[in-house]
Amino acid sequence: MADLGTATRALPLAGFHGGSSTVRLEAAPPAERISLRVRAEDVAALSGALGVDLPVKPKTSASANRRTALWLGPDEWLVIDESGTGVGNGLMQAAQNSGALHSAADVSHRNTAILVSGTGAAKAINAGCPQDLSLKEFPVGACSRTIFGKVEIVLLRTAEDAFRVEVWRSFSDYAFGLLSEGARDAAVKV
Amino acid sequence: MSASARDLGAFRIKDAGRHTPARTARFTFDGKTYTAMEGDTVASALLAHGVHLVGRSFKYHRPRGILSAGPEEPNALLDVSRDAGRRQPNVRATVQEVFDGVRIASQNRWPSLKHDVGAFNDLLSPFFAAGFYYKTFMWPKEAWHKLYEPFIRRAAGLGEAPKEEDPDHYTSRYAHCDVLIAGAGVAGLTAALSAAATGVSVFLVDEQPEVGGALHFDAGTTIDGQNGYEWAQAAVARLKAMPNVTVLTRTTVFGYYNHGFLGLVERVTDHLARPGRDLPRERLWQVRAKRVVLATGSIERHMVFANNDRPGIMLASAARTFLNHHGVAVGRQVGVYTAHDSAYEAAFDLKRAGVSIAAIVDCRSHPGDAVLAEARALGIDVLTGHSVINTSGRLRVSSMTVARNGGSNARKIAVDALIVSAGWTPSVHLFSQSRGKLRFDEQNQRFLPDIYAQDCVSVGACNGTDDLSDLIDEAIAAGGGTLALTGENSFEWTGGMIGAAEGAGPDTVVKAFVDFQHDVTAKDIRLAVREGMHSIEHIKRFTTNGMASDQGKLSNMHGLAIAAEMLGRPIPKVGLTTFRAPYTPVTYGTLVGHSRGDLFDPARKTPMHALEAAEGAEFEDVGNWKRAWYFPKRGEDMHAAVNRECRTVRDVAGVFDASTLGKIEVVGPDAAQFLNLLYTNAWDTLKPGKCRYGIMTREDGFVYDDGVVGRLAEDRFHVTTTTGGAPRVLHHMEDYLQTEFPHLKVWLTSTTEQWAVIAVQGPKAREIIQPFVEGIDISNEAFPHMSVAECTVMGVPSRLFRMSFTGELGFEVNVPADYGPAVWKAIWERAESMGACLYGTETMHVLRAEKGYIIVGQDTDGTVTPDDAALGWAVSKKKTDYVGIRGLKRPDLVRDGRKQLVGLLTKSPDVVLEEGGQIVADPNQPKPMTMLGHVTSAYWSENCGRSIALALVAGGRSLVGKTLYVPLKDQTIEVEVTDMVFFDKEGGRIHG
Amino acid sequence: MLLIHCPYCEEDRSELEFRWAGEAHIARPENIAAITDEEFAEYFFLRNNEKGLTYERWRHIHGCGRFFNAARDTVSDRFLMTYKAGLPKQPIPTAEETAAIAEEKTVETWEATEGDAR
Repeated sequence: MADLGTATRALPLAGFHGGSSTVRLEAAPPAERISLRVRAEDVAALSGALGVDLPVKPKTSASANRRTALWLGPDEWLVIDESGTGVGNGLMQAAQNSGALHSAADVSHRNTAILVSGTGAAKAINAGCPQDLSLKEFPVGACSRTIFGKVEIVLLRTAEDAFRVEVWRSFSDYAFGLLSEGARDAAVKV
Repeated sequence: MSASARDLGAFRIKDAGRHTPARTARFTFDGKTYTAMEGDTVASALLAHGVHLVGRSFKYHRPRGILSAGPEEPNALLDVSRDAGRRQPNVRATVQEVFDGVRIASQNRWPSLKHDVGAFNDLLSPFFAAGFYYKTFMWPKEAWHKLYEPFIRRAAGLGEAPKEEDPDHYTSRYAHCDVLIAGAGVAGLTAALSAAATGVSVFLVDEQPEVGGALHFDAGTTIDGQNGYEWAQAAVARLKAMPNVTVLTRTTVFGYYNHGFLGLVERVTDHLARPGRDLPRERLWQVRAKRVVLATGSIERHMVFANNDRPGIMLASAARTFLNHHGVAVGRQVGVYTAHDSAYEAAFDLKRAGVSIAAIVDCRSHPGDAVLAEARALGIDVLTGHSVINTSGRLRVSSMTVARNGGSNARKIAVDALIVSAGWTPSVHLFSQSRGKLRFDEQNQRFLPDIYAQDCVSVGACNGTDDLSDLIDEAIAAGGGTLALTGENSFEWTGGMIGAAEGAGPDTVVKAFVDFQHDVTAKDIRLAVREGMHSIEHIKRFTTNGMASDQGKLSNMHGLAIAAEMLGRPIPKVGLTTFRAPYTPVTYGTLVGHSRGDLFDPARKTPMHALEAAEGAEFEDVGNWKRAWYFPKRGEDMHAAVNRECRTVRDVAGVFDASTLGKIEVVGPDAAQFLNLLYTNAWDTLKPGKCRYGIMTREDGFVYDDGVVGRLAEDRFHVTTTTGGAPRVLHHMEDYLQTEFPHLKVWLTSTTEQWAVIAVQGPKAREIIQPFVEGIDISNEAFPHMSVAECTVMGVPSRLFRMSFTGELGFEVNVPADYGPAVWKAIWERAESMGACLYGTETMHVLRAEKGYIIVGQDTDGTVTPDDAALGWAVSKKKTDYVGIRGLKRPDLVRDGRKQLVGLLTKSPDVVLEEGGQIVADPNQPKPMTMLGHVTSAYWSENCGRSIALALVAGGRSLVGKTLYVPLKDQTIEVEVTDMVFFDKEGGRIHG
Repeated sequence: MLLIHCPYCEEDRSELEFRWAGEAHIARPENIAAITDEEFAEYFFLRNNEKGLTYERWRHIHGCGRFFNAARDTVSDRFLMTYKAGLPKQPIPTAEETAAIAEEKTVETWEATEGDAR
């Protein structure tokens, strides 16, 4: 068999950067992700296998060992592993090793992420997201699947003025574009 | 820029007003340059120069001036432009602030404002009476296109819409707050101070550049011992400094919707001479407020009397605003016509500023003693029990005709302005929009908030609270906090009159305007009632009263009172028309916001999009996706490119981007059982490593979607859907899983975008992909048609399908999307060297039609069963349940003569049918002909050397071999009914 | 725009995150293959479409993804309650209960505010 080489990875938002004086926008580095579905009785087993406690409270997330588990629904989590750089998916394997009933689907390439930070970050996201992003209602660690303009996103607050926006790859340039508009508007002095 | 007092206008009053004389701006009106002060509105700046005539009316082209000093303005609508690309018609002169260089033009006049040909309409006014449209434009029918519609189009609207693309940008933002306060007059500011002190989040919104509301004109109010206006500015400064308070000025709450949702438009740059490029022109705020405080004040009404629309006639409060806020006198010899004490205050302020007051004409016999005493002290003549019964002056009022009530003792008094007041109408628009119910306050002849539908409270003038101390208490309570605040004023909000005043009676032949913007007179409303309109909703539509862009802010109450009087019924029985959003006109730009250009709609691109574009692909839209349509080589048109692609795929091979196909990962021990319930086929019999074509029906038995499903493991299926169907199929599946079959242990995940899908189809397909695939044997024996396997492609974990939508030997290589470009590039390089081609969706369509493969949504339309589509073989006869099992047994779905999908071959092989063409048995039958069905797919087939088509035809399969006809406009095409397979009827190639 | 309480997310969210999904509490017949045409019509085609209090399904499609049930007054658009899918039809709040909800949560009259303040 001819050596036809190994495929290289091309991120959908490669080369995208932007923002304003109050908002920084950058494409997140590649990550491993699974969409995980688990019944209540098996949450502990999967938490153990993944090394991160799957949160059971709505709109919350948990992080450990560079893995973050985001509550998306009563039996649904998005698990992101930011240390994964190989071509395989360690999360899939870890879930498999739990031996408990679950569904894991590799969505590492389905999603991409935009990191939004700065004092205007919440305002920029509110250009298209109808949720209340005050720290009281959406504290650090809060996460939610929601709407951003005309696309769906998963929003995670990583710090008081920083968010991770997970979005399907074909919607990512739209999301980046709308965030850029929001960032510009968030820098306007009132 | 500095200017002498004289440059600023002959009607500026020294030391009056709140603007800074050193800060001026130059602007033009109809080409002539004027100097204004910063803070002026276009209205105040023009009035400073004695310009009252600013426009022509809608229907009669009557000269019109400035009626108000606020957003309720119905008359002074102007064309405002910043530069060639930035021009907006129908801007209210009383709202638009002057900035240096702004160009203002009057509208609805030709050739000039002073000499307008359209004014001829005024002479023809008997023809334009109420209901004119309905009566005149009835017949003959033919006249609609040639006469009526062009006429209506020319007459409709005032300004001219700009034709250039809007160079500005507009933004929008969602926000949340505990309390939103609409209006920042005394009531709104007080409520805001009260609420803010409790720590809750507060939005305080006001449409004017500065807060203060009525304090702009009402110079007699003191709060906490301070001048009212100054107190307001100090109060808002305190509020702005609080972190829990957002103050938005130049911002209108235009809509109050369900569940505390409000639409606000913030005008960011319309007042700036040189706005920065990053500033949006306007910002739409979509605010969700837990509680709303309405402090929207009230609006002064005009008096309805003969010729009450001449330039120079304006609301008394407007004259007061121009004087006290802008430092402008509206005339030198001002008449007053009133039914309310508040106009006296305007006369007093003007008199004190050195303006001569010709007379105060009061239609009441007994005004308040206090105002009479004050008038006497200032030496102003007051004619009580008198009315203004007419005015004169062509382009500006020059006199008022005054008579004792009843008509005696008429005489003319010279004036150069006439200020009027019929009293105040509480501004209940937003309350009404929130679905609150109003009650009629009989004593004070006004509608007030009664039953609330949302968590909302009205305070101040909009709630009919007249006394300043009461108002302050009410506002403090509404804010939810405590506050020590005292206020004093002499201003009286109640009283006045509604309806037509003296001299606008039924016998008059002149016009007493109720609605200035739509040129509706008292006579028109009376006519409507005489012609049988008894509901205010009918009267409104018949006369168009209140239907202009000002939504009848001045006219509604007058119109209602006139109608009630004619009908002999009390006002509440006649009813009030509903107030609807928006409160004031909102630009399209604001509503569109970010959704323009690239952000109008997401353009979904596959991972290989850029590589395809580099190969010269033309793209077509499929839903939001951009799909490669065909790949023309130099000199090729679409037809030539598609023919070449079609030939090459069957002769050699082709590479196709199938990434957009929907993919759903179905995982769990009950996965097969679930698919059994959702598809008509049986899935428990499908072995891991195999694929099957599946049909999904809805409960009614009609085809909903189709696609190939691969079983990767006992508990894991890779389901594909149509490109357009992906989201709704997942929704449909989730619906059944969550609500009908929740006991099943199975989960669904959309993986459409996880995989880049590279289809390689054609006799050389295996040879092309062979070197890239590791881990499995893809020989025909080991990996036959309809196989699936996990493998490694170029070092990447992949899923390989042996399947075909072309009828050729085919594979679909699924690689994780980020690897798509690299794998595509490698496969294409090798394929190209072997003589293969890239092909797009058009070739895909032709090739599948050659094989009689359907496209759901093209060859089916939501009324087609699997059997109709010749897919009855895919419906399990053994299963006892699946979605659609019962629907398929409905009598209409099993009857003879249903439309069935068949092939059509034209008698002339070169003729390609038109999709959608209707099919008949006898082209000579009389019209309307009996249609047997229609053409669903039609192409030129290069591989067949002729045209081919698919069609839905009643009883189609029994008509095979028969001749039918497709009648078109200029020809009738003869066709033969055939089976659906046009190429490789034996189907051997797919197993190659 | 409606504000809808998702019983799974335990929070009020904008209507933008939801999709309406028709009348609630219409169970698919267990023996669907055997029912009569009339029964099928009743199950699949016929809906009450009542004015006033209705039971309907929503899906928090851009949130937790779950279907759930709601009791909504179609005249006022007020949600009387939302509850999880699979639960039986919840009792209609009595007039007094509705009034109490209105008093506490939805309607704040000036009189009430004034009364509180004093």
